[in-house]
Amino acid sequence: MATRAIPADGASPAVTAHYLGLTRREWKSLGTGLLFVSPWLAGFVVFLLYPIIYTIRISFTDYTGFGTPNFIGLDNYSKMVQDDRFWLAIYNTLYYTALAVPIGVVMAMVLALAMNQPLPEVPVYRAIIYIPSVIPLFTLAFIFQILMNPTQGIFNQFLIRLGLPNINWFGDPRFAKLALVILAQYGAGQAAIIFLAGLKGIPGSLYEAAALDGAGVWRKFANITLPLMTPVILYDIILGLSLGLQIFTQVYIISGDPPGGPANSTLVYVLYLYLNGFRYGAMGYAAAMAWVLFVVTMVIALVIFKTSNRWVHYGTSG
Amino acid sequence: MAAAAPVAAVREPDPRAVGRAHLAKQVRTQVVPRVLLVLLSGFYLLPLYWMLVNALKGNAELTQSPPTWYPHDPQWSNFQRATEVFPFALFLRNTSIITLMTVVGVALSVPIVAYGFSRIDWPGRDKLFYVVLATVFIPYPALIIALFDIFARLGWINSFKPLIVPFFFCFIPAPFWIFLLRQFFLQIPQEISDAARLDGASELRILYQVLMPQSWPALCAISLFAALNAWNDFLGPLLYLQDESKYTLSVGLTFFQSQSSYDIKFNLLMAASTLVILPVVVVFLSFQRFFVEGVTVGSLK
Repeated sequence: MATRAIPADGASPAVTAHYLGLTRREWKSLGTGLLFVSPWLAGFVVFLLYPIIYTIRISFTDYTGFGTPNFIGLDNYSKMVQDDRFWLAIYNTLYYTALAVPIGVVMAMVLALAMNQPLPEVPVYRAIIYIPSVIPLFTLAFIFQILMNPTQGIFNQFLIRLGLPNINWFGDPRFAKLALVILAQYGAGQAAIIFLAGLKGIPGSLYEAAALDGAGVWRKFANITLPLMTPVILYDIILGLSLGLQIFTQVYIISGDPPGGPANSTLVYVLYLYLNGFRYGAMGYAAAMAWVLFVVTMVIALVIFKTSNRWVHYGTSG
Repeated sequence: MAAAAPVAAVREPDPRAVGRAHLAKQVRTQVVPRVLLVLLSGFYLLPLYWMLVNALKGNAELTQSPPTWYPHDPQWSNFQRATEVFPFALFLRNTSIITLMTVVGVALSVPIVAYGFSRIDWPGRDKLFYVVLATVFIPYPALIIALFDIFARLGWINSFKPLIVPFFFCFIPAPFWIFLLRQFFLQIPQEISDAARLDGASELRILYQVLMPQSWPALCAISLFAALNAWNDFLGPLLYLQDESKYTLSVGLTFFQSQSSYDIKFNLLMAASTLVILPVVVVFLSFQRFFVEGVTVGSLK
């Protein structure tokens, strides 16, 4: 991509003299290029790189948010290993993510496959399914408190009619995380739109060829649709995991005060980080948690990318 | 279908079998997806429906159990009352300022950066762009401890600055939008830029007078995403805004709801939520095309 412009005028050796490996012309273009990307570069250094390094520094101190922090070495990290609520927060977050992400992928795929059929009213479905993805999450959290309320909610009225028990979703530690998983599915509409665009990009000739070979619907899906969709699915899984580990807003709003209830069943990672940093005055400990979150998220993304060549199909059609 | 017809004629199959196959195909491509999509549309409409229903219920009907499925005595005045029990106008003003300034910041910075990563050839450009893409995966909550301390030392806490200024410098998720616009810029033929350069146009002029006028669908999408990002934000305002007079709609409504002393009934909270969602839905329905294109460009290589 970055094929450097070769002077078309057959520049003489004097003109193409190298300074530190670059020609004068390349130095000039480097200057212009960096000037153009400088807003991003400045933001990257000031608002991303510096905070990440600064977080590590705070994590080695007993900083409370006020006064001078004292260096305490790895104390915050050793405290973390012994902190039951820390491990509970990890468990809750992984429980939530492990359910919400795969269900979301299946949901988006089902929606996309259905919308890929020749129905004239597809634009209507598409709008309806996409709208919950664009409305503010905090309003969705307000709505869910009354939507899934055992006495005032319509959700449980459906359950009762289906002969299922009347569940106190956000009041019962066994079900609060499941209710959050259900809430997460309202974001699957966006993934469905992306999947649908992916399906439209699969050449019809592949299906025709498969049909001539006598392939049925299921074999066409397994051998053509699914492999060709893997890049899009990969993108969705990585983004979904990253966002799943960051779950905060809906829990903070729904679980009341102090957040994380009932019985710590929705004490998720970022919530515990927030409570430590901004309620318990344990900035140092929260910084250690933040650093762990950063490393874990980056490692997960990297591992998925690195292993993706085993299952992601980067065809020539893309 | 047309190609298959002569083959079928030669074999002279049982017309009933052909009918059955046709029926099976109809079921598969029309009936099943339609039933599925209608059911799932119901699922996706349910929260909005329940919000509207409860926004219109009176206090007595609100607490009825089992609940009424539609408001038997719709209280349209709830919307008026919702703007009075909350300092709604104030929260709306604060949210609007932050949203507008975020869009301004994004509109000023993202096109220039996207131009630098696509239309100017410089050594190391594509390597640095990998860094831009990688920052998309940085979890924002991992930064909040340090960012809060940095903003506190700058004296920015309890002002809109921490929510606005970073977006003049492509703060996450702006790298997404850089990527989106870069993809758009890459599709515009390089010859157009070269011709303008021969005429003596500067790079900035090429960006603003040649490329941007051709990229307005992408620019619209980016502005919409930036506006939504600010309008919907919760964690940022929760961290950086401390006085009630500075609250946005997101933290403002949450604050009032959680204070039992205010005793905000759910019908009024739902009415207020309706007012928050309404502009989003109107904007979405008016500019749906840009949303769909913007979201899909960013993901399909």
